[in-house]
Amino acid sequence: MSKGLLKLNVNGREREDAVAGNTLLLDYLRDTAGLTGTKQGCDGGECGACTVLIDGEPRLACITLAASCEGRAVETIESLAAEGRMSRLQQAFHEKLGTQCGFCTPGMIMAAEALLRRNPNPSEAEIREALSGNLCRCTGYVKIIESVQAAAGGCA
Amino acid sequence: MKLDQVSLRHGAAPATRSVGERTPLVDGIDKVTGRARYTADLPLGPTLVGKILRSPVAHGIIRSIDAHKARAMAGVRAVVTGQDFVAPYGVIPIAQNEWPLARDKVRYRGEPLVAVAAVDEATAEAALRAITYDIEILPAYFTTADARAEGATPLHESKPGNVERKVEQDFGDVDAEFAAADLVLERRYEGNEVYHGQIELDASIAEWEPERERLTVHTVTQVPYYLHLMLAQTLGLDEAQIRVVKPFIGGGFGHRVEPLNFEMITALLARAANGRVKLELTREETFITHRGRPATEMRMKIGLKANGQITGIDAEVVQRGGAYAGYGLVTILYAGALLHAIYKVGASRFRGYRVYTNLPPCGAMRGHGAVQVRFAFEALLDEMAETLGLDPIAVRRANLLTEIPYRTLNDLQVNSYGLPACIAAVEKASGWNERRGKLPHRPGLRRGLGMACSHYVSGSAKPVHWSGEPHAVINLKLDFDGGITVLTGASDIGQGSSTLITQIVAEVLLVPMQRIRLVSTDSALTPKDNGSYSSRVSFMVGNAALNASKALKRLLIEAAARRLKVTADEIEWAGESCGVIGTDQMLDWAQVVQEALVDSGTLTVKGTWSTPPETQGGKFRGAAVGSSAGFSYGAQVVEVEVDEDTGRVAVQKVWVAHDCGRAINPLAVEGQVQGAIWMGMGQALSEETQYHEGLPLRPNMLDCRIPTIVESPPIEVFLIESMDPLGPFGAKEASEGGLHGFPPALCNAIFDAIGIRLTELPATPDRVLEAIQARRRDERLRARRAATAAPAAATVEVQ
Repeated sequence: MSKGLLKLNVNGREREDAVAGNTLLLDYLRDTAGLTGTKQGCDGGECGACTVLIDGEPRLACITLAASCEGRAVETIESLAAEGRMSRLQQAFHEKLGTQCGFCTPGMIMAAEALLRRNPNPSEAEIREALSGNLCRCTGYVKIIESVQAAAGGCA
Repeated sequence: MKLDQVSLRHGAAPATRSVGERTPLVDGIDKVTGRARYTADLPLGPTLVGKILRSPVAHGIIRSIDAHKARAMAGVRAVVTGQDFVAPYGVIPIAQNEWPLARDKVRYRGEPLVAVAAVDEATAEAALRAITYDIEILPAYFTTADARAEGATPLHESKPGNVERKVEQDFGDVDAEFAAADLVLERRYEGNEVYHGQIELDASIAEWEPERERLTVHTVTQVPYYLHLMLAQTLGLDEAQIRVVKPFIGGGFGHRVEPLNFEMITALLARAANGRVKLELTREETFITHRGRPATEMRMKIGLKANGQITGIDAEVVQRGGAYAGYGLVTILYAGALLHAIYKVGASRFRGYRVYTNLPPCGAMRGHGAVQVRFAFEALLDEMAETLGLDPIAVRRANLLTEIPYRTLNDLQVNSYGLPACIAAVEKASGWNERRGKLPHRPGLRRGLGMACSHYVSGSAKPVHWSGEPHAVINLKLDFDGGITVLTGASDIGQGSSTLITQIVAEVLLVPMQRIRLVSTDSALTPKDNGSYSSRVSFMVGNAALNASKALKRLLIEAAARRLKVTADEIEWAGESCGVIGTDQMLDWAQVVQEALVDSGTLTVKGTWSTPPETQGGKFRGAAVGSSAGFSYGAQVVEVEVDEDTGRVAVQKVWVAHDCGRAINPLAVEGQVQGAIWMGMGQALSEETQYHEGLPLRPNMLDCRIPTIVESPPIEVFLIESMDPLGPFGAKEASEGGLHGFPPALCNAIFDAIGIRLTELPATPDRVLEAIQARRRDERLRARRAATAAPAAATVEVQ
């Protein structure tokens, strides 16, 4: 497959890369940009582990073509900690044990990040709805909900 | 020695306590920032891509494999078959009947047949397509009944009848105990096959250095040491040629608790290609690799006195094991070992059959072997309580162990027993006495409460390999920088073992956890550890960490005494500082470390631990399985809402009390208990691994119906700390025991809601609806019979 030039913004940084038309955003982020925080947990669109933000909206990088992100802003888990400080969600997931094995965590936090940006004080039902596409096999979700609530409440 | 000035300041510093504190994971920051590197993330340099060709045939004889076209393709660096391995493998020394790539025969659909390494994925896939083979098809068996039928072709020549292991265990006179019972009831139950569903896909990276003839493997294992042994055995290498590293692991739950075929295949490809090979399985391939909980058929018979006391038990359990041994014989032994030992019973008879079938092998999954029998046992106990007019909680109370320590019928040593307190906690929290049977119903929606109890081991008391080594070893290093490095082979798979070990070391030395770094699971650096299974790490490695820390503390106190020219017993130890009792003479941490290194240099100390002989079980065949130095206990109440029109069961709330002994990290224990309960919910409500002619149905994360956050209930956890005399600081298992109780508690709650007893898992809407409709049909028939019988009866009376 022939390659084209892809221009996009990844975690606040403009990039230009030669990318094949069939390259998935997930592989572009992990292999080309070296951002391995975004995980693959399934064969495509099943588990939510690869959730990233595209122009602020949560999207599955494993079923998104990199080329479709031309001119867009992509944010991954690596973008959240700034100036040596974890984001409120990261802090809360750490302190409230919203993470156990950690493999679903980047996708879970990015989905929660999208939620809190559009709805800073979500109800428990709204948290459940926003994270319904992200599977976790460790926590039973109880402490994930508590983590998002703590981050939203600002007490994390 | 310049560390965090707040927590590691010089001079007099108060002692820091770590055990019993709600402590975030020591590697939690790596996980929430995306910095944690899992196997597939490792920046090890360019790799070849490994791929596996799998058998489309469920049972057959391999007549030929022709890979010469694939070998000749540009970009293909290695093609290997079963003939390239030198020995079979298996986690249990007496049951090694599997080759990483099938040799001579294939025994399940999807079994690895040929593997290739190529410069990229497209070339590897093209190479697989160029391989041809001839397999002579044999009859295949997908049920235990078919596999055990007269004249069935054996999957393995040494096991005619396809029974891998028959277990017969008899304790006491069961028939006499049944004769003495007021109620004896027998039922049949079916437990579902369940897949682990860890979110991280399976992956291995192997590197062969041809000049040095050395192999390095990074992989997703829970048992790096067992894999190390099997790499040496299957590849014909000396163990010293091999290094196994476990990076961050995205969950295990038992999937990775035995060496897996793809790990040995990746290593063989690397050696054949003289290079570095990365092999990542698809989610579908991970389903085929499987080794989860087996489908289980159970006949359960219990005798009860009118007061609820259990007199005798008679159980027959048949596990559909799949095509290879794996952990199978241990799985069937666990079913017997943990059948009745939670209660005081008069006699017990267990018959277990582990059966080979032409399906992906089953093995260990969270709650290994004992989950299905707990379902049958606790469900039957509930039904019998109702028949006798007793409360389900009262029946459990009538059978509690009374004198602790207690030796069970099957020689398990119980040294701590928090079950009575667990039952009391959930009884109160759930409002059991006020609410059960009295929950408000809405039209078509009925609510109910159900409960069950469970228990589990804190590590198997006898190791898999009886090598004479201690069961757990920890090394501590203290050097010029004042930092303590813990070296452990224990596999943190997300359960938090690295955090727990750090807390124990910090607690003994009374230093802040920031003073401690932990390096784990690299066979070149860390002491051997048997792995993360049977909830052994907290108890066994925890005790080794305790002993190592005590040894280091002794050295430091002796050094302080030397410097201060007093005897060791005059030193008051406070971690970051210490002094002479009753004086103002003191030393800070740096001064103590400096003194301790004089003449000795870098300090390395070791701590070990082994289970005491009295906890290693009885003398009968199979007695080692189920024996443990400490048992956890739990009780839970589940509240459900059942939709009578659709059969949908929604769990509203779970109250669970878990006796984990001392909760070294209450935050992590809560997380483990919640995770275990929830995984039990998945098995009980929706997850079921099924096959069509040996082909997995729904091998993806959407359709396998792992519960999402939307259908997952609040789980309220109560920690019962029955201090165990052998556990580190009194601690016991916390990650598995709770799971066992969920399926029966759910089915008992469904009964409370709609009056129907389900005997098959999972309680999917179709099963529940079918049961509701069957009852309605029965009620209609009964009403019709009553209507037609009534006039006839009247006529008789007239005559």
